[in-house]
Amino acid sequence: MSLLDRHIAFLEALRAAGLPVSLSEDLDAVAALGAVGWSSRTMVRDVYAATLVKRASQRPTFDALFELYYPRLVGAPEVTSEGAEGDLSTSVDGPGALASLQEEIVAALEADDTDLLRRLAAEAVGRLGAMPGRGPGLSSWSSYTALRRLGADDLVARLVEALRAGGWTEEEAQRTAERRTGSYVEMVEADARRRIAEEKGPGHIARVTVRPTIERLDFLHMRRADLDDLRRELYPLARRLATRLAREQRSRHRGPLDFRRTVRASMASGGVPIVTHHRPKRPHRSELVVLCDVSGSVANFASFTLMLVFALREVFTKVRAFTFVDDVTEVTDRFRPGGDLVETMTELVAASAYAARMGRTNYGRAFGRFVEQHADALTPKTSLLILGDARSNYADLQLPALREMVDRTRHQWWLNPEVRLQWDTGDSAASRYGALVPMVECRNLTQLTEFVRHLA
Amino acid sequence: MTWFSSPSDALDRLSATGYLADEATATTAYLAGALEKPVLIEGPAGVGKTELAKAVARANDADLVRLQCYEGLDEARALYEWNYKKQLLRIQASDESWQEAHDEIFSEEFLLTRPLLAAIRRERPTVLLIDEVDKTDVEVEGLLLEVLSDFQVTIPELGTITAVRRPFVVLTSNAARELSEAVKRRCLYLHLDYPVAERERAIVTQHVPDLAEGVVAQLVEVVARLRELELKKAPSIAESVDWARTLIALQIDSLDAAAIDRTLGVVLKHVSDQNRARRELRL
Repeated sequence: MSLLDRHIAFLEALRAAGLPVSLSEDLDAVAALGAVGWSSRTMVRDVYAATLVKRASQRPTFDALFELYYPRLVGAPEVTSEGAEGDLSTSVDGPGALASLQEEIVAALEADDTDLLRRLAAEAVGRLGAMPGRGPGLSSWSSYTALRRLGADDLVARLVEALRAGGWTEEEAQRTAERRTGSYVEMVEADARRRIAEEKGPGHIARVTVRPTIERLDFLHMRRADLDDLRRELYPLARRLATRLAREQRSRHRGPLDFRRTVRASMASGGVPIVTHHRPKRPHRSELVVLCDVSGSVANFASFTLMLVFALREVFTKVRAFTFVDDVTEVTDRFRPGGDLVETMTELVAASAYAARMGRTNYGRAFGRFVEQHADALTPKTSLLILGDARSNYADLQLPALREMVDRTRHQWWLNPEVRLQWDTGDSAASRYGALVPMVECRNLTQLTEFVRHLA
Repeated sequence: MTWFSSPSDALDRLSATGYLADEATATTAYLAGALEKPVLIEGPAGVGKTELAKAVARANDADLVRLQCYEGLDEARALYEWNYKKQLLRIQASDESWQEAHDEIFSEEFLLTRPLLAAIRRERPTVLLIDEVDKTDVEVEGLLLEVLSDFQVTIPELGTITAVRRPFVVLTSNAARELSEAVKRRCLYLHLDYPVAERERAIVTQHVPDLAEGVVAQLVEVVARLRELELKKAPSIAESVDWARTLIALQIDSLDAAAIDRTLGVVLKHVSDQNRARRELRL
């Protein structure tokens, strides 16, 4: 494969992963590479990043693909650790060698030495992740095997001890250890991918393993690490949305002519009123009632949407939030202005225990209880927002209760975190509820942002 | 002219002016000069986005023209404006016919240049800093397109004014709004993030040379630990430097728990963040 072929294949892979790389950016990258040359890999990466990536959230995808198309090394690294001295075939994965490798990794993790860790990751895959005896065409490296034999949990525990000995508090040590070990695990996975890509070609592995950016990741398919990332995104996102909404509301609502200011401004142009000034219009704000399903499968989606709505509360007059599984409970008071995001999330989870009686989602029962207990929340000024997957375990749907809620409010929406294709499969009552309340697919952060913007 | 001769040259000369860049920053700065393309810098507040433009100007002995963007910024404030008061006076003062006056009042003499036009008409090397470009309205972006891609400005009455020498353009953004693809496509992109411990130590030492080495190391470590917490606003380099200055002013020579507790307000600006830090760091 020539350099140009590789360059074009890399760009194609970026486009396939959702980065909008245009022809002019392609040409920029080539011109830039011509200016700096190919002598250093990090510089090539920096050049590609400067010319092709235009958003910070795309960087992880870019890095993953860059590792595949321009790998750090080809084949196995030079073995430098002491454990591998002498006869390779007997000592590479013997118990003694394993222990010394683990020790080295913990020491490197404690020092947070990225270069050393990356080399140790390559070593771990090379020594522990090989899967011999398979036929040609099957992947022959496994990060899973390597990590299991290394014992990732054990690494965390040892690192916590080491950090605590260095004067860290327990929670801090735990969190840092998990984060650092997590990044080491990622390195091991990346190295396994690199080796497989070497055998099968990078295009294949890019299609299979590169994950979409956090904004496009489905709420229902998130791993724990993704949830943490998402939570970090949430506050800046809410702030961005709030500024944008405030600005849009101001520009959209132009009130009656402000005569005094217009005349005053016309002095500068010799009495000709070139620019007219207007009074600001009184903002129209709506009350919002959010009703969310917090049962296991959709809990993440519900709590993120709630956090986002509450971060934007100044846009609405009043926000009230209720959670349900098969009973309803109000959670409005869990959200305090300026409150801590992590704490609020924890409290929300605790509060959702009150929302469950039998523990099986029952939309019909929840709607019925809502009308009985919290009917005062619904007024002709209210917008009603329901969050959930409409999977009611084949229980009675209580459509009249929902109909009553709809009749008493001004606007209604239903956000469903499932792919539209899966609606009405199994116990989903999407179209029957959807006939009463307009149902919107809301699978990822991009769709959620778009919806909240439209809502306010 | 060439701004920097190579990425390592950029690194050296920027650090000589007091801006300690990392490799990616130096490479991008070099490319911006070599390809004559604008650089769009994004990142959290206080990591040195604006400072980079100033450092490039200092390193090349160039002038800095700054356009501070804000909501409501328009063509008249960013590009050029006709000095209509002077035009009115000119018409009233002369007894020439309208035909003659009409040609004259749209000449250079009556043109007020604003930062964008000023930057491309300068003959000396110039760094044009368009600060906080995300605060402007979408219409201003359209205006920037012509300036950023061709370095020219079209004034209907005068014709097209092309740059005498292309300025080094730096745009900064806090990502309050997504910029349009058209603007992004014309720019190189650089995301500045919090520095690694070693570089941060060097930066703090450079700004506050009086602080003892041991205290700098402690300070950088505490700041790194604070960044690991989930805070509303993690402390950035500007806060680290402020903190170092505070320690000098209060003559604190060891950063123990009591000292951190007393001065935490310098680094964390939200009550909930401070409470969280106190709890997690066991102050």
